[in-house]
Amino acid sequence: MRNTAMNMVHKLAARDERVLYIGSDPGAGTLRAMSKEFPKRHLIEGISEAHIIGMSAGLAMEGFVPYVNTIATFLTRRCYEQVAVDLCLHNLPVRLIANGGGLVYAPLGPTHQAIEDIAIMRALPNMTVVCPCDADEAARMMDKTLDWTGPIYIRLGKGGDAIVSKAEHGFEIGKAILMRPPGDVLMVTTGVMLQRAIAAADLLAAQGIRAGILHMHTVKPLDTEALLQAIRGIKLVATLEEHVPSGGLGSAVAETLIDKLGSGLPAMLRLSLPDRFMHNYGSQDSLLKKHGLAPNAIATSIEHALAASRTSAPQLHST
Amino acid sequence: MIQISPHAEAALTCTLDERSLYLRRLVLGSVRSAGRGHVGPALSLIEMVRVLYDDILRIDPNNPRDPERDRAILSKGHGCLALYALLADRGFFPLSELDGFCGSDSILGGHPEYGMVPGVEASTGALGHGLSIGVGLALAARMRERNYRTFVLLGDGEINEGSVWEAAMGAAKHGLDKLVAMIDYNKLQSYGPTDYVLPLEPLADKWRSFGFAVQELNGHDVGALRTVLKQVPAVPGKPTAIICHTVKGKGLPPAESNADWHHKNKLSDSELDAIRVAVGDF
Repeated sequence: MRNTAMNMVHKLAARDERVLYIGSDPGAGTLRAMSKEFPKRHLIEGISEAHIIGMSAGLAMEGFVPYVNTIATFLTRRCYEQVAVDLCLHNLPVRLIANGGGLVYAPLGPTHQAIEDIAIMRALPNMTVVCPCDADEAARMMDKTLDWTGPIYIRLGKGGDAIVSKAEHGFEIGKAILMRPPGDVLMVTTGVMLQRAIAAADLLAAQGIRAGILHMHTVKPLDTEALLQAIRGIKLVATLEEHVPSGGLGSAVAETLIDKLGSGLPAMLRLSLPDRFMHNYGSQDSLLKKHGLAPNAIATSIEHALAASRTSAPQLHST
Repeated sequence: MIQISPHAEAALTCTLDERSLYLRRLVLGSVRSAGRGHVGPALSLIEMVRVLYDDILRIDPNNPRDPERDRAILSKGHGCLALYALLADRGFFPLSELDGFCGSDSILGGHPEYGMVPGVEASTGALGHGLSIGVGLALAARMRERNYRTFVLLGDGEINEGSVWEAAMGAAKHGLDKLVAMIDYNKLQSYGPTDYVLPLEPLADKWRSFGFAVQELNGHDVGALRTVLKQVPAVPGKPTAIICHTVKGKGLPPAESNADWHHKNKLSDSELDAIRVAVGDF
C-alpha cells in the first residue's frame, strides 16, 4: 500500500506540475525515480516535521500541492499545532501521507504505533481523514487527492495487505462503499480492518448470521447518508477499527447515529484497540489478534452482542 | 552576563519622529478602545514594521493578493497592533477598524488572521510558525521564478521555539537569499528578561552558524533599518537575519522594559495621562 501510494505521487507529479513530494528522512531511495525525473519537486527536508508542515503550508499558499510523507506518529503527535494552525486554519491543500497507521510498526513499540491518529486528525476543522484498505484502493484514493480542497490525512497500512477492494467500486473521498448488503448486522470498517471484516462475515454466515459491510475509507467527512441507508432494518451496528476507542471510527458512527436518529438507535458494538499504549511487539497481526480484532474474535463478539441486543433489558458488552 | 550591544544602548536613547509617535497613537488608541492589547510587543516593533510597509515592501493596498507582491509575515502575532496600524494607515482597511480591535464584529483580533484582514499573509500567534511558512513562500518564489521577497518578523521570546531553528536550517539549506528574518530583540519576554528565561546569546553567532548573513542594528533607527533592508540579500545565496535591538514598550516611559506592559488591560486615568505626555493627544 505504501509503495503504491508513493508511486502515485510520482504519477500525479507527471500529470500536474503543482505536485511536490516532501519527505522528512525517508528510507534511502524513496521515490528515486521521481527524484530523477522531477528533482526540483522531490524535497527531502530532514527530521524537522514541525518545520516541514509550515513550509508545506507556505508552498500551498503559492499554489503547490505538497504531499508530505513520514511516519504516522510524527505527522500527528509531533507537529499537531502546525497541522492545526498552518494547514487546517488556512485550509490548505497539503496531503499528509502517514506511514504505518495503526499497528504496522508493532515491533518498534509505542512511539511508532499510531493508535490515536484518526481521533486527533478528525478533531481538526477542515481536515479530511482517509484510510484505504489495500494497495489498489490506495492508488484510486491518491488519484482523487489532486483537486480536493483543504488538507488530507492519509493513513496507510504496509505492503502486502490482501487486495479486497474492487475497481468497480471506484473511490470518491467522503463516499463509503457497501461491500456486502446488510442483514442482521452491519459492520462498519475503515482501513485494513476491511479484510478482517470480510473474513468475519464469512464466519458469521456459516453460523446463519447475515452481516453486511460498509467500508468507511473516509472517516471524515463521514458518509452519513450511506450509513443511515445501510442500518435500515438491522439489529446491530459493529464498528471495527485499528485504533483506541476514543474519537475514531466507532465514535464517528455513534455520534452520527445519535445526531441523526436521536431515538430508535440500533444496538451498537465498538470493536477497537484498548485505551492504552501497546506494550507488546510482535506483528500487526499478532497485536490485532491479542486485542480481539482477528476475524474469529470479531465474529464471536458480534454473535454475543447480537444475542444481547435481542433481550429487552439493556446489556453491558463483555468486550 | 549578557554583553550590551551598542545598538541596544542606542535603542534606549533613540528619539522618535512624528510618524513614529503617530503610529503609537494608533496602537494605544486601539488598546484604549478594546480595553486590552499587547502594548509592549507592539511598541518595540513599530519602526521595523513602519520601514517595511513605508519603504521596502512592494505591495498594493488595492490589490493585496497581487502574485508579485512582497510577502511579510508577523510571526510574533501578539505584536499585531503595530501591523494593524500600518496596514490601516497604508489603506488596506479603514482606520476606523482600529477602534473595534478584539470586538465581536471586528476583523482585527488579538492575533492576525489570514483571510480576515487584508494584507495579513498568515494566521499567527502560536509562536514558532512564521519562519517555516516563510521558507515555503520563498521556495515557491524560486520554483515559480517570481521575484517577490519574503520578510518574517520574529520575537526574541519566540525564538525559544525549536521549530524556528528547524526553519533556519531549511532556509540555509535552500540558500533562500530572498528570505529575511527580522528579530525584534527587546530582551524581555512575558515572564522577564530573555537572559533569565532562556538565554539567547550569542544571538548573532547562532544565526550565522545556522547559515544566515547577519546584520545588527538599532531597531528604532528608521534610517539604519531602511539602509539595511534595502541591501537584502546581504550575501548572495544566503538568507538574511537582521537582529533589531529594540526596547519593549518603546516611546512610552512607564511601559519601557516593563514586563507589566507586555499585555495591558484597561488603561487607568493616570496611564492615559502618561500616554498623552509620551505620544501626544490620542
